[in-house]
Amino acid sequence: MVKSTSKDTQALFHSLRSAYAATPTNLKIIDLYVVFSVFTALIQVVYMAVVGSFPFNSFLSGVLSCIGTAVLAVCLRIQVNKENKEFKDLPPERAFADFVLCNLVLHLVIMNFLG
Amino acid sequence: MARNLGGFLVLILAISICEAASIFQPISDSHRSAALELFSPTDGTFGSLEETYEALRTFEILGIKKRPDISTASCQSVSETLGSSTSSLKDVFHALKVNNILKCKVNDETFQGVAKRLKAVLNDASSLLDFYYSIGSLVLIKDQNSEVDVLLHDADGVFRSIKALSQSDGRWRYSSNNPESSTYAAGLALEALAGTVSLASSEIDQSLIVTLKNDIVKLFDSIEKYDDGSFYFDEKLVDAREHQGPLSTTSSVVRGFTAFASVTSGSINVPGDKILGLAKFFLGIGIPGNSKDFFNQIDSLACLESNRQTRPCWDSSPTQSAQPCTVQVSVPLILSLPATVLSLTKKDQLKVKVNTVLGSSAPPLTVKLVRAFISGTKDSSVIESLELKFDPETAVHFLDVLPKSVDVGNYKFVFEIVLHDSEDKNVYATGGQTQVPVFVTGLIKIDNAEIAVLDSDHGSIETQKKLDLAEENAVSLSANHLQKLRLSFRLATPRGNIFKPHQAFLKLRHETKVEHIFVVGNSGKQFEIILDFLGLVEKFFYLSGRYDIELTVGDAVMENSFLRAVGHVELDLPEAPEKAPRPPPLAVDPSSRYGPKAEITHIFRAPEKRPPQELSLAFLGLTLLPLVGFLIGLLRIGVNLKNFPTSAVPATFALLFHLGIAAVLLLYVLFWLKLDLFITLKTLCFLGTFLMFVGHRILSHLASTSAKLKSA
Repeated sequence: MVKSTSKDTQALFHSLRSAYAATPTNLKIIDLYVVFSVFTALIQVVYMAVVGSFPFNSFLSGVLSCIGTAVLAVCLRIQVNKENKEFKDLPPERAFADFVLCNLVLHLVIMNFLG
Repeated sequence: MARNLGGFLVLILAISICEAASIFQPISDSHRSAALELFSPTDGTFGSLEETYEALRTFEILGIKKRPDISTASCQSVSETLGSSTSSLKDVFHALKVNNILKCKVNDETFQGVAKRLKAVLNDASSLLDFYYSIGSLVLIKDQNSEVDVLLHDADGVFRSIKALSQSDGRWRYSSNNPESSTYAAGLALEALAGTVSLASSEIDQSLIVTLKNDIVKLFDSIEKYDDGSFYFDEKLVDAREHQGPLSTTSSVVRGFTAFASVTSGSINVPGDKILGLAKFFLGIGIPGNSKDFFNQIDSLACLESNRQTRPCWDSSPTQSAQPCTVQVSVPLILSLPATVLSLTKKDQLKVKVNTVLGSSAPPLTVKLVRAFISGTKDSSVIESLELKFDPETAVHFLDVLPKSVDVGNYKFVFEIVLHDSEDKNVYATGGQTQVPVFVTGLIKIDNAEIAVLDSDHGSIETQKKLDLAEENAVSLSANHLQKLRLSFRLATPRGNIFKPHQAFLKLRHETKVEHIFVVGNSGKQFEIILDFLGLVEKFFYLSGRYDIELTVGDAVMENSFLRAVGHVELDLPEAPEKAPRPPPLAVDPSSRYGPKAEITHIFRAPEKRPPQELSLAFLGLTLLPLVGFLIGLLRIGVNLKNFPTSAVPATFALLFHLGIAAVLLLYVLFWLKLDLFITLKTLCFLGTFLMFVGHRILSHLASTSAKLKSA
């Protein structure tokens, strides 16, 4: 029973990986970027858990910077993905320009809040 | 507490003595030491010649032998001033005055030159000061060098031109075009006129002298008076520029008046009490604080005292040598008491000294105690005309024993000086009767002192204790609110009379420091106070418990004034009702109210606890790990830069686009580190515009290539 479960899990992961392998490279890069951002945010949360929340605004800036840029990257991924018919007419360059502009505005606010 | 009261009594005594000091003391050794302090030369000189003269003259009058040696420097200054033809008249005058005392070596030619110059000045003189200085200088030259011809041939003319400046009220103007008249100037004028008389080669017209004597009498009509019998001159017009104080004005008049009196014969009608009043004015100043006032005081007193002794009439003018000498200005005699507090118990003698103003001995005389009365009551005199004995050794007039009628108290003694020699009466001014306040003190006998607790209803004595108020007592009593406390004692003077002190207080002090003070009244023969506790419960704030009793008896003439702890009484008072008044809060200690406040320490927020640096650095490394993971992931996926434009223009724009983003991020870092929002936003405006432009160019280029790719 246990063995079959682990096998199932392996099969599930395998199928997931093979399915993901078909994903275009540019989407993979975005996924990697999102993962990188979330991990960075997690490390900062751990640090906060270890040493305390002072200075709290610095902690917030750091975490929100990562989460914010991850969210923006997700948005970019939605717009760039060819499967999404909704954004068929939107060129990926335009989406990238939006991503860059939003990041710049986000980080201006983050820097202001960093203290 | 006892010390406080003692101090208070001493204060009262001191104040009373100060009041008594309105009697005038002649010049004494305290003046001599003050003179040495006031006139102390710096670098061997006194500054100007005027100050030098003032110092030397003061030392001469006071007979100070140990004066500072300044003769070398001063003599040099004197000969320089006299030798120079440009030195001012005032300086020449003071140089001659200094020379008069120091007897410097000045040769005859110098004197001749100065005298010639002075006579020239005198011929065209118009202002009073010119006359004063030139005539004064000529008189001094005459005294110092008999060779020089200083006699005035036109003395009458000079006399008239000085006299022309006089006013009808006896005062003088400084010059003919100055309408303001001054008393100070009158003194200068009189001195100048006296000099003119002594310099005259032929006798001055007697009618001029007579009018001048009338002027002096008029001048003395404007004399002013203090309540203590002293007279002085003051300027009528207070002009800030040339105003002289009463001291220098009076001094100037005294100098001029005595100088004039010494060179003329015949009497000047100035009453002796005014002369005595002037002397009292100078003595009443005490010891002045500045050297000018000191000199004025001493010099004027010397003028008053010595107008006969040191300036004999025959010396003043050769033309008057044949005339008999009569004295016009009487010498004031000052009556003083070494002590105005006399103790009956110690059998102090009443001592009286009579001296001249400078402290030299008086002619034979008798001091009479005309009468004495208790101050405040004019009528009842306790002594009537007693003659004081004279002790020639100490030059003190004394009264062996005070008469029986004199008991402790404040008295006013009235003395009179009777001169033995009838000729002396013309020479000396005694001023009639002198009134002197005298304190007679003594040990007061206290007896019949007792304290008792009485029953309120019958007045019967429950407990009674004898007290000895000469020492501390520790009586312990107990009473309730239905009883009374009685304290009584009797005071008697050394003469056996009943004594009523200024202060007789009883003080009750509760354990909680609440105090109650009662005045002990006297019922004819004895002092008695009865405290009825029933009436006092409210005043005592219903506070039961131990009350300390203190008795205060004090008076300025009571030598054994005291504040004694008598003992204590244990009071049993009823419970306080609802609305009973609360005892007042204790008086705040003045040192705590006006003393320094507690120091304020500022409390700063304690800094937050920071993690150790190693931990933070480790986490910095950790945050870099995902970046590394990201880069590794990119390599694994097989990212390439094949899509990067290859042609020159798009590649430049691509490069600029990336550089622009890098620049904006760098700007953000700078904003975090040091820039403010405004500078950042301004810079961001330019960078943003640039970035939009290049971004648009590169991204549209990429879009068009991918579109071509698609269509192809």
